[in-house]
Formats: sequence, structure tokens, C-alpha cells
Amino acid sequence: MSATAENLRPAGRPIKARLGRDDLAMRGFMAVIALYLVIALALPLYAMLSKSFSTYQFDLTSYEFQVSDDTGNFQTAPITAAALNETLQAVPSEDLATSSDGRLPATSFFPEFSFRSPMIYRIRGTGEDVSFLIGSERFSGTAWQEVDSNTFRRVMLRPVRSQGLQNYTTYFSTPSLFRSIENSLFISALSTIITVTLAFGFAYALSRSCMRFKGVFRLIALAPILVPSLLPGIALVYLFGNQGMIKGLLLGESIYGPIGIVIGSVFFTFPHAMLIITTALAISDARLYEAAESLKASRWKIFWTVTLPGARYGLISAAFVVFNLVITDFGLPKVIGGQYNMLAVDIYKQVIGQQNFEMGAVVSVVLLIPALVAFAVDRQVQKKQVALLSARSVPYQPRANPRADWLAFGYCSLVAVFIVGLLAVCQFAALIKFWPYDLSLSMNNYAFDLMDGGGWDSYYNSIQLALLTAVFGTLVVFTGGYMVEKIKGFETGRGLFQLLAMLPMAIPGMVLGLAYIFFFNDPRNPLNVFYGTMAILVICTVTHFYTVSHLTAVTALKQMDREFESVAASLKQPFHKLFRLVTVPVCLPTILDISIYLFVNAMTTVSAVVFLYSPTTTLASVAVLNMDDAGDIAPAAAMGMMIFYTNAGARILHLIISKGVLKRTQAWRFR
Amino acid sequence: MAFRRTCLTAVAAGLLVASTAAAETELTVYTAVEAEDLKRYAETFNQDHPDIKINWVRDSTGIITAKLLAEKNNPQADVIWGLAATSLLLLKTEGMLEAYAPKGVEKLDAKFVDKSTPPAWVGMDAWVASVCYNTVEAGKLGLTPPKTWKDLAKPEYAGHVIMPNPNSSGTGFLDVSSWLQIFGEDGGWDYMDKLHGNIARYTHSGSKPCKLAAAGEIPIGVSFAFRGAKSKAAGAPLEIIVPDEGVGWDMEATAIVAGTAKLEAAKTLVDWSVTKTANEMYNSGYAVVAMPGVAKPVEHFPDNLVEKMIDNDFEFAANNRKAILEEWQKRYDSKSEPKS
Repeated sequence: MSATAENLRPAGRPIKARLGRDDLAMRGFMAVIALYLVIALALPLYAMLSKSFSTYQFDLTSYEFQVSDDTGNFQTAPITAAALNETLQAVPSEDLATSSDGRLPATSFFPEFSFRSPMIYRIRGTGEDVSFLIGSERFSGTAWQEVDSNTFRRVMLRPVRSQGLQNYTTYFSTPSLFRSIENSLFISALSTIITVTLAFGFAYALSRSCMRFKGVFRLIALAPILVPSLLPGIALVYLFGNQGMIKGLLLGESIYGPIGIVIGSVFFTFPHAMLIITTALAISDARLYEAAESLKASRWKIFWTVTLPGARYGLISAAFVVFNLVITDFGLPKVIGGQYNMLAVDIYKQVIGQQNFEMGAVVSVVLLIPALVAFAVDRQVQKKQVALLSARSVPYQPRANPRADWLAFGYCSLVAVFIVGLLAVCQFAALIKFWPYDLSLSMNNYAFDLMDGGGWDSYYNSIQLALLTAVFGTLVVFTGGYMVEKIKGFETGRGLFQLLAMLPMAIPGMVLGLAYIFFFNDPRNPLNVFYGTMAILVICTVTHFYTVSHLTAVTALKQMDREFESVAASLKQPFHKLFRLVTVPVCLPTILDISIYLFVNAMTTVSAVVFLYSPTTTLASVAVLNMDDAGDIAPAAAMGMMIFYTNAGARILHLIISKGVLKRTQAWRFR
Repeated sequence: MAFRRTCLTAVAAGLLVASTAAAETELTVYTAVEAEDLKRYAETFNQDHPDIKINWVRDSTGIITAKLLAEKNNPQADVIWGLAATSLLLLKTEGMLEAYAPKGVEKLDAKFVDKSTPPAWVGMDAWVASVCYNTVEAGKLGLTPPKTWKDLAKPEYAGHVIMPNPNSSGTGFLDVSSWLQIFGEDGGWDYMDKLHGNIARYTHSGSKPCKLAAAGEIPIGVSFAFRGAKSKAAGAPLEIIVPDEGVGWDMEATAIVAGTAKLEAAKTLVDWSVTKTANEMYNSGYAVVAMPGVAKPVEHFPDNLVEKMIDNDFEFAANNRKAILEEWQKRYDSKSEPKS
């Protein structure tokens, strides 16, 4: 009987740990940072998407005309432009689609029109907000405007806003626009193949040979990370342009176009690919090689059956990262692309050249697709990567092999010459007075204040931006990483947060910047006070580089046992005390890594900020672009090298501080 | 949200009051004038009006225009001083300019003043198209200097001419609209079809073709006279050619932004911008200024430049801009070979 009573009792709520003050506070922190990501990422993207559906067209039903006879008397009834067009078919419906600055001459509806005729014309809108132009004068409303025939030819109708897919139709019916898709895919695929092949060779030499100067080669290979992506473009102009130092090597081909973009892309994506592949090669297991050797496999066979399969996830990952970098890059094709149109440059041309924000938004959406696909595939591959290395693995130790080592040395030297060479050319160009006519050395090209680009101020602004990004970015990213990693339960919230944190990687900087214009420059948005300030540049840069920083933080935090939290809780210590006294000191090297990563990227980024800087917040990287645009190529090279030296200096400082920090806080690691 | 907005407005208004209460008024002035001239312009103005401080907001014509359009419902500028007239016409049709006849405007050449009464904008100086011709590089290639626009389309110059893309450069648009006016609609496109075969590539900015010609990268750059004279002064082996058929031009102009809170100071600045002193100041870089009789010859400027300026129809250019650019893009803006 008692058993039945037991069964009848309602099941009740599942047992759940009560949320302590700490849990609530942590969830609060996580919510705040999630809110930041929503405001800085999701909402702007939504604003951009809706902008791409905002169209302009001529609404013919809202205009009325009345035409007099030869003596100036109005005998006929007013007639709408739509009715006129119905009988005449003068303007086909696809021509009614236009952009915000479209104009339609009123005379289109009067095929017999002559400016010499004695007729008088009247025009009015059917509503208060209908507007039209007579010459450059704007009229709106329902009052009749009467003009003679000579003036009537100056009457222009204005488009009205509506919603629709029309921008996309226009995009895909304009060959010069949609051909960019093919161009972008082609360039990105080609650059990816070349970069990954070259980087694999380099990484292989670094990890599997006993050649000398490995450290030096590694440093050199990382140098391109420290400069804006458009700098190799400038170097290529000096090398292979029509007045180039070694233009003969191109055998008459022009550097302006696919060749230039691909060479430059290989330069600036090389370190990214090299880092990923080196990591992939580093985790291979020496026991597999021993097994292969004892089975008498040839070196060649070992390479194909052990080395390459072991690094395959690294290779795939590197390929997608490079592909993504190239297809979203804007600076390089702008500098050296010539007539070869690419998607990212199209966005710039639409927005800055033609003030056609709607079409800019459409191209952004198109650019988003390959980037999202590459991102999704990369995430899948990353998930599979993990299990390769087990606790019983033995790290592979390369053995000396003079011939192979010299081969590796020669190959790495060639790559190093390529990288150092391009940088040296830029520095050389910056110091020449007037290439190619006056080769004397001078510092004239450093007189940035006399150039159109923002002057020395832009350099100082960049440093300010980089410091602010490093400080605030690290704070936000690390706190966010800590909360999402160490919070108890709350799986849904954590999943959502992870998703938000991964998203920035897939968003091209150009797209993010344009989305920010739509979102933050809206007078109805209370956040528009940020527009045109340093703050919006910091927000945009932190968001743009959020994902990698977040992953770095989470990886470090995962290494810390959750027991710390339990111990702190049982000792009745609040989480912030633990965070301050244990977590942060232990993770200090990682925190420094995140901040230098943000610093360097804030110095070099162009695409994310090119739409957002204001005249008081011009940036060095944008100045390089603008000075090149104006034809001041040598000063552009000079400014680019200033960015390089600053970043190199910051890196060295980071190295010194890290060493000190390691000594002070990480002694326990080396017991 | 509405409350927050009110608060922000109140704070902003408070700041405005505080700053006007100080001895000097600050004007936010949007401009596309070259960076190196801005300081001089402000200093000369402050000699007459020390009580008004100018805060420059400078960028290229396209970007400043885009910025002004983007701020249409929330204007940040008080005055626009030194922006292409075609851009100002566009802003005028959006109702963004405050019509005002500056004191002494009648002394200016009528073609430098907006046709409405009162005018929405007044011109400062003309900015004239020209061809920059690198004598050293052209000599190496065995080219003869072109005399006319038609010459430039001859096969001997194939691959040796560079010009700005009208879709991103005001100078490029001014060239295209002038050819359509000189040769007529059909003749103009015919001409550009031929010229397209000679163009090495189209640049994003208007000054770059001349700088590239100066550097010998491409021997012939379609650009503007002012840029050519500067490069020549810097020592480049350039000849500045004014084609016989006439050259297109645009002017830099001044206007008050509708809705400015500092109308009085803005009027003072615009009044001053049409004075003789101001016109003499513009003359240091521009051979043609709005006030007749002021201009002195500028070093390295071609002598016949003024007589070769076409009777530019700005209204035609502004109202047909969209259609012209679309047609241009359809014909030339891709890597495809020119259609013959």
C-alpha cells in the first residue's frame, strides 16, 4: 500500500544545486560579455542584411503631368506617369529599379517632346512626400509646378525607398560585379595551393631536419604577420612595376593583376599556414616512425604513409585559413590588383566610390558565403584533430642527415630571402628621394604631414588603438573565456556563448566595418554617439579578432583543473579572489599572448576600420592605403615600415616581459 | 531609449552652450582641399576673424560626400569649404544645404555661383583636367606628345595611358562627362571605346595617374593640371598637355550645411570665402579662381588652360551621373577585352 502511495506522489522537480552568489555573479558576467557580442556583432550584421534588401525605385503612380496646347491653355486632364508609361512602354519596368541617386527625366514619357515647342508643362506629386527636381532645385508635395518646354527637359523624378530582392537581381545581372566571385575564388584557391605547399616544406624543414639557424628562420617566417597585407603589394610595384628593379623576370607579364595578388597573398598568409602546419607536424608520434623503419619502409614511403597523414588535419585547416584570409583581404588587390576585380575591393568601390551603400551590402552578403563555408569546414576538421596525441606518444626527434639538412637549409634560405627581400625593398623605397629619377637618399618620404593620409597623427592614433585594443580586448576576452569555462552547469547558455565567440572568425573585416556603419550611424540608435570615435574602432577591432583570442584563453583555462574551483568553494572563498590570486597569475603567459596578438593585429588591420575611421582618428594602416591611392607610393612604404618596426618592437618587449613573468609566476612549472 | 536619447541631447546641448560661451566659436568644416593647404587657409582666415576657430574634417571627395550623405538626418558639419560642385549639387538636391548669398557674391564670375537665388553654394576655384606626359619615358618609347584627346586614342599609345576610374574618382568622372559634352553622347562613347584599348589600367584616385606618370611607371596620365604642376615643381620630367578640343573641369565650392547651430559664424566664414583675400589665397595652387582679375599665372601651369576650359554643364553632369557611371561600368569595368 505504501508503495502505491509512493507511486502516486508527483515526481517533483529534478534536484538542482542551488545557485550561489558566485554562480549568479559569473552568469551575470557572462551575460554582459554575451551582450557585448550581440551588440558588436549580431545586431550590426542584421542591420547590414536588411540594408541589402532596401531598394530604390521610381514610383510612377505618384507623379501627375498636365500638358497645355500650343497656346498655353490646359485642355486635357492630368495624367499620371504610370498611365503614360502604360500606353507608351517608354521605361521598361527593370529600368525603374535604381539606387538612391537615380534620376529619371520627365521627358521620357513624352516621346514627341521638343524643347522648342510652345507647350507649357505641369507636374506635381500625388502625396506630400513625393519629390522631383527642376534642374538642381528640389520640389515636393501636391502643388502644381508649371514650366515651359525648355525647362521641362530639366525635370527629373526621384526614386523612393522600398524593400525587395531587386539589389540582388541587379548584382547578378551586372557582369562586372558578379565576375568578381569567380576572380576571388580563383585567386584564393591558387594562393592557397601555393602557400600551403611552400609552408609545408618550410614547416617540415623546421621540425624534421637538423639544419642550423632554425630559430632565425622561424622569426623571419613570422615577420609578415607584423605588416599590413598591402605592404607586399607596394614592394612588388617597386620590383616588377614598369620601372621595377627586376621587371625582366616577369617576361613582359604585368604585375598589376592576378600575378601580383597571388605573390602578395603568399607573402602575407605564409606565417599563418606555417604556424598551423608546424603545430600539426610537432604532434606526430616517433613510435610510428620506428615501426615504419623496422618494416624497412623507404623514406619516401614513410613520408606518404606516416608524415602526411599525420599532418592532414593541419594541412586542411591551414588551407581553409589561408583561403579565408585571401578572399576577405582588401588591401592587397586594391594596391596591385589593377583591373582585376575582387569581391572585397568591390565593396569598397561601391561604398566609397559610388556611395551605393545598398550594393555594398549585397556584395558583403555574397562575400560572407565562401567565408562561412570555409569557416564551417575548418571547425569540423578541428574537432577531429584532437585525439592524435596520446599520453604514451613519444615526441619525434629528427636525426642529423647532412644532405637533407643542407637541402632544407637551402630551401628555407630561399623563402627567407623572399620575405626579407620584400621588406627590404619597402624600406629602400621609403628612403629614396624620387624613384627612379633621383636615387639620392632622403627622409622626405617621412614627412607624412604633407601627404593626404592623416600625417604622423595617424601613426600615433594607431598606437593608441593598438594599446586600447590590447588592454580592453584581453580583459573582455579572458573574462569571457573564464566564465564560459568555469561556470557550473548552464549548458545552453555556454553553448550559445561559444557560438557567439566563434562567429567573428567567419566575418570578413570589410563586412564587419560596413555593418557598423549601418548600425552605429543610424540616428535612431542611442549608441550612435560612438560613431566616429576611437571607441568604435576599438570595439570593431576587438570583435574582429575575438575568436582566436577566445580560443587561446579557453585552451589555457582548460589546462587548469576544475578542482581549484571546488577547493575555493569549500574554503568559502569567492570566485573573484580565486580568479585574481590563482587563475590570472597562472595564465599570465597566455594573457600576454592574447594582448600581443590583439596589439599587432590592431596595428595592421585595414579592412575592418577603413569605413569607420574619422578625420580625428585616422590610422597608420589606412594611411598606407590612402597614400598609395593618391600615388604617394614611397611614403606609403615608409609608413608601412613604421608599422613593422613598431610591431617588431612590441614583440621584443612582449618576449622580455614574458621571460620575466615566467620567472616570477611560473617557477612551479619547472620543478 | 527615448529618455536616454534626450539625456544625451541635453548633454550635447550643454557642451555646445559651454563652447559658444567661450570667446571663440568653433566651426566644423568639411573639406576635400589638399592636406598641405589647409593650415594656410585657416591661418589666413584667422588674420581677419581670430574669433572663429576652424576644426577641419578632411578626406577625399568621394569619402567626404559619402560621409555627408550618411549624416543626412544628423548633420555634423557646419560648413563645407572646398568640395567639388558636382558633390554639392547632389547635396543640394537632397535639401542639405542652407541657401545663402554671401556679401560680395556679385563680384564673382557668374559661372562660379549656383543658379538658384539665393545660391546654395559658391565656387572658389576651378580644378581643370590635363594630361601629364613624361618626356623621358615617352622618349625611350619613341612616342610623340599627343595634342588632342583624339590623338590619345591612337594605337601608338596602346598600354601607355592611365586614367582614373570615374566610379571612384571625381576627376575620372569629370573627364568622362566632358568627353560626352565635347563629342556628343554617341561620339563620346565611341571615343572612350577607342581610348579604352590604350588604357593600361584605371586607378582609384584622380591624382595617381599624374604621380605614376611623374614616376615614369606609365608615361601618360590623364589627371588634373594642379597635380601635374606640383609634380613638375618637385622635379619630375613632365609636360602638362591641354588637349585641343577643350578640357573638363569642376570647381571647389563652399556652402552652409542646413541645420547648423552656428549660422552666424558660418555666414561670416562663407562671406570671407568670396573676398579678394580668399581668392588670392586660392590662386597659389589654382590658376583659375572665382573672382575675375585676381588670378596670377601659376608656375608650371600651361598658358592656354583657361581658354580651353569647356562650358561645363554641371546640372547635366549631376543629374546624369548615375546613368553615365552605369554605362561606363558596363562597358569598361572588368578585365574583359574592349569590345570593338
